[in-house]
Amino acid sequence: MADNPQRPMATVRPLSPHMTIYRWPVTMMTSITHRITGIGLTVGAVILAWWLVCVSNGIDGGYGSFMALAATPVGELILFGVTWSLVYHFFSGIRHLAWDLGYGFDKTLAERNSMIIFAISVIGALALFATGWTGHGGYLQ
Amino acid sequence: MTTAQTPLHKVRGMGSSHSGTGHFWRERITALALIPLSLWFVYAMLGMVGASVVTPAQFFQHPWNGALMAAFISFSLYHAALGLQVVIEDYVHTAGNKIFSLLAIRGALLACWIVSIFAILRITVS
Repeated sequence: MADNPQRPMATVRPLSPHMTIYRWPVTMMTSITHRITGIGLTVGAVILAWWLVCVSNGIDGGYGSFMALAATPVGELILFGVTWSLVYHFFSGIRHLAWDLGYGFDKTLAERNSMIIFAISVIGALALFATGWTGHGGYLQ
Repeated sequence: MTTAQTPLHKVRGMGSSHSGTGHFWRERITALALIPLSLWFVYAMLGMVGASVVTPAQFFQHPWNGALMAAFISFSLYHAALGLQVVIEDYVHTAGNKIFSLLAIRGALLACWIVSIFAILRITVS
């Protein structure tokens, strides 16, 4: 690509240090986690579509094998990841909307509620799974 | 005059990003709609833990639940398309790869949407 007219002397010019050189503040961590959980939720949407197809097939239509697969350790791990992604993206997304309205840009405040969002997302996902495991889910049956 | 567009309209539509604030705004509007829809979704999913296929089938046959599920899926996938577009635009810089990635993701999400909506309708009429 040395003859690319849009990038003359691309390797010769001095470069500003890239992000790898900086210490990672917690707000950088929440930013990339928002993105990663968004990608995780897209995977979750595909799993949801798969589940809906199984439901639409009725009895003996694959719902049982879907649930059996979901109950395996790998299945549970994936579902926990999607659940945590949903809780995280939910609260982090609300903070993004607050930022869009101009609130919460103070550095110490943003760093503190970053930690709160991380804590809430883990506790919230664990609480949702605990609700299922202890038999408090399934109230729509 | 070969076009009905005013110069102002052309300028507004052809900034450095080739589009206006439409993408940003749609991402926020879908996010706002997804706040109550996500709460409803968690309520619905938690209520079906350990249930047989009969529970979700009957649940989605109720018009409100079928419609809310269709809304949740639609807003989620549209929000996902807008969000993943930004991820690709940030990390994929060659024009060919970028166009291919954007088309592949939109195609996959559209397929996911069609399958989901069809499944909900199939549950509703069965």
